[in-house]
Amino acid sequence: MKTGDTLFPVLLVCLLAAPVQAMDGMDMARSTSDEGKTSHGMSGMTMLDMGDMVMSDSDMEGMDMPGMTRPHPAAPKVRPSGKPSSGTKKPRIVHKAVDAPAPVVDIGHHMHAMDMGRWFHGVLDEFEGRYQAGGKSSLRWDGEAWYGGDYNRLWLKSEGTMTKGRVHDGDQELLYSRAISTYFNFQGGVRLDLDSRRTRAWGAVGVEGLALYQFEVQATGYFSDRGVAARFEGSYDILLTNRLILQPQVELNLYSRADPRRQIGSGLADIDTGLRLRYEIWRKMAPYVAVTYDSPLTQGRHMVRKRGERASEARFTFGIRSWF
Amino acid sequence: MSRHFMLRRQFLTGLGAAGSVMALPGSGRAVSTTVESLPPLEMELHITRRKVHVAGRRGEGYCVNGQMPGPVLRWQEGREVRIHVHNHMDEPTSLHWHGIRLPSDQDGVPGLSFAGIPAGGQFTYSFPVLQSGTYWYHSHMGHQESAGLYGALIIEPAGPSLLPEAGQDHTILLSDWSDVSAEQIVDNLKMQDDYYNFRQRSLASLPEESRRAGGLGAALKSRLQWSHMRMSATDISDVSGVLYTYLMNGEAPARGWSGLFRPGERVCLRVINAAAMTLFDVRVPGLEMQVVEADGNPVVPVPVDEFRIGPGETYVVMVTPQKAQPYTIFAQSEDRTGYARGTLMPRYGLLGDVPPMDPRPVRGMVDMGMAMSMKAGMRPMKGMVMPPVIKRAPADEIDDPGPPPLNVENQNVAASPVDRVSSPGDGLEDTGRRVLAYSDLVALRPPPDQRPPSREIILHLTGNMERYIWGFNGRKYSESGPIHLVRGERVRFTVINDTMMEHPLHLHGLWSELENGADDQHRPLKHTVISQPGSRMSVLVTADAPGVWAYHCHLMYHMQTGMFREVVIS
Repeated sequence: MKTGDTLFPVLLVCLLAAPVQAMDGMDMARSTSDEGKTSHGMSGMTMLDMGDMVMSDSDMEGMDMPGMTRPHPAAPKVRPSGKPSSGTKKPRIVHKAVDAPAPVVDIGHHMHAMDMGRWFHGVLDEFEGRYQAGGKSSLRWDGEAWYGGDYNRLWLKSEGTMTKGRVHDGDQELLYSRAISTYFNFQGGVRLDLDSRRTRAWGAVGVEGLALYQFEVQATGYFSDRGVAARFEGSYDILLTNRLILQPQVELNLYSRADPRRQIGSGLADIDTGLRLRYEIWRKMAPYVAVTYDSPLTQGRHMVRKRGERASEARFTFGIRSWF
Repeated sequence: MSRHFMLRRQFLTGLGAAGSVMALPGSGRAVSTTVESLPPLEMELHITRRKVHVAGRRGEGYCVNGQMPGPVLRWQEGREVRIHVHNHMDEPTSLHWHGIRLPSDQDGVPGLSFAGIPAGGQFTYSFPVLQSGTYWYHSHMGHQESAGLYGALIIEPAGPSLLPEAGQDHTILLSDWSDVSAEQIVDNLKMQDDYYNFRQRSLASLPEESRRAGGLGAALKSRLQWSHMRMSATDISDVSGVLYTYLMNGEAPARGWSGLFRPGERVCLRVINAAAMTLFDVRVPGLEMQVVEADGNPVVPVPVDEFRIGPGETYVVMVTPQKAQPYTIFAQSEDRTGYARGTLMPRYGLLGDVPPMDPRPVRGMVDMGMAMSMKAGMRPMKGMVMPPVIKRAPADEIDDPGPPPLNVENQNVAASPVDRVSSPGDGLEDTGRRVLAYSDLVALRPPPDQRPPSREIILHLTGNMERYIWGFNGRKYSESGPIHLVRGERVRFTVINDTMMEHPLHLHGLWSELENGADDQHRPLKHTVISQPGSRMSVLVTADAPGVWAYHCHLMYHMQTGMFREVVIS
């Protein structure tokens, strides 16, 4: 998604600090929408909004209206109010939501699925070559695809880097995604580290969405018999013009235990970040140039150095962002 | 068949013999007797789908009797109509008579009125015409309306017309056309809500914004506020002129539609907005317009330079061009990304100048429903025309669901919604022109029912632009039930718009009596009412037509993604 606003001067400084803010914002969004979640689930069709029911209880007791029966939540059919208004009588206030969930008329099933469309989309955020004079060059991809409706989706994520014919950082995830708040989805499923190195399998649980100030974020925790791991990804679109867009992006990986066969250190294991300048020829196709930087961190850094390889790489990159 | 053909010719091409009878002077009573003794008006409509060329691009369009838009239908008040609709396509269809009071099973909403007209099938609509004025018809099936299945509908009154006499009578049907299918458009919006918005704030637009806001600090602050809310101040129309070609009577703006006038003679323009997603701002530079009818009902003439028309609405305006020169009818889209155009000309072959488009509107705190919480230092508020004091007779019972929850389907709660019936709308407040506001509409005929409402129903218009879900009370259609009204009941619908967009709300089969500050005798009856962003508005409804009716936002893709309700009267 694109953002409507630019925070150009502060953004680069803030980028690493942003995750914290962003997650706070997310929590806020989630807690304020608790009421909504309970009543708008798939099974919420027969319930009135919980918040409204609470209000209706207290208000009606306070007003003590004789002859006024509380509407049953499952029977939202409204009663006629009967008598015409008499002068300055104070109106009775009820909180039942006249359009509360109930069976609707649908002759010939035309209305049945009107707003329950299912969609299939995929986005390849990164599909790029990373070059370094005299150094190694790599091909990297990072994308996702999903199928489903407004609430429930099947989500596929894939990323990996190919260097000299060998793939590393291969990460494939198959997730169930559930919309839980205005801007966030809960995701849970499996992750497979599938590349030229040793294959690993993880369970995955996380959230993804749009944090405060329109940061795109994903935070996922992974667990297996080899310990736990976490990944954070964030990006932000800075509109230079409506088609020329500068996007800082960062991905961080954490592992509770080292995995030498995958050349992964424990703790904050690696970072992959880039500053991409893309031009949206049309919305679904945008070539870009970028500077990318990837490096193992802390213990992982020592592991790489011990092998006598270069740890960090800042490289000139170009690629294409596309979606369908 | 030949008789049908003759009748069709007669009523499609203009006033026939019966029309001439109507024009004769005489008492209304005498004329209506004449009308009632006439046989039912029979019409044959054939619906087809074919490739059409608009503005140099090919697309699939729907035609009625081979035309897109469909033919202008002319009915007569007091006379029965029988409309035989033949579906020549391999998909079901339906025609809905927008704004017409009729039996519920003739209303043409598949699912609610009937099962639709099946592929290759036929259906006869049959009902008495009980009203007069300018209306329109369109498909209510799937996305057919957004691909050209619509046309104008003009009903001659049984008695003498309440409109001033005019030398020329032109129908101006506005629409938006795209060669991309409606399914694809919704698909794109679901993935990226600002897919068609190329007017967003960017680094390049910062100097201009700073100038307008009175400083870089103010401009940045505004941006921070909007991005904090994860919303966009430039979100005016979901689908813009990047995609759409705006049409006037089916004509693209390169040359546009043209109609004739004789200098000094009054010209009647019947303006209908049949667009799927576009509000138009209409003016005829150099001419004053007298608004004489709104949604089919005559109003006390209002002199204006411009008016906004939402999808579904109709206005009749009178102009009197004095000079023998061309006059441009200019209908710019609300987001100023394009326009529909026509020319009134004293003789064929002339074209008028096209005025430059106005600056595009920018949403403000009023649109967010935060009019009262605005801090000092922000720009003096557009839209802060002091509303008239609207006297509303209290109802016995108020059903107030309370503020909608912030959830997957709702992004915003209007903390302090304001009355905006006296505002002409976003982007029209500082034009220096006289622009029609709802508070200007004063009915010429008193509304038939003047009882105070016994019940008030509060509805919130909600949505989540980011996920592209729309609804009422934080729920889309599939998660809601019908609104039940008791037959004969008088109800007030109070609509609070928590979203930051306009929603033209159309209630089928019943009149919406707009509480716009006019007294009991002069409240205008409408069938489609624009709810302005961040506003609170109310209409009175007499539930005098039993059956199942649709109530929805007439922006097609808002309706199809959930801003739709059933109203059941029994």
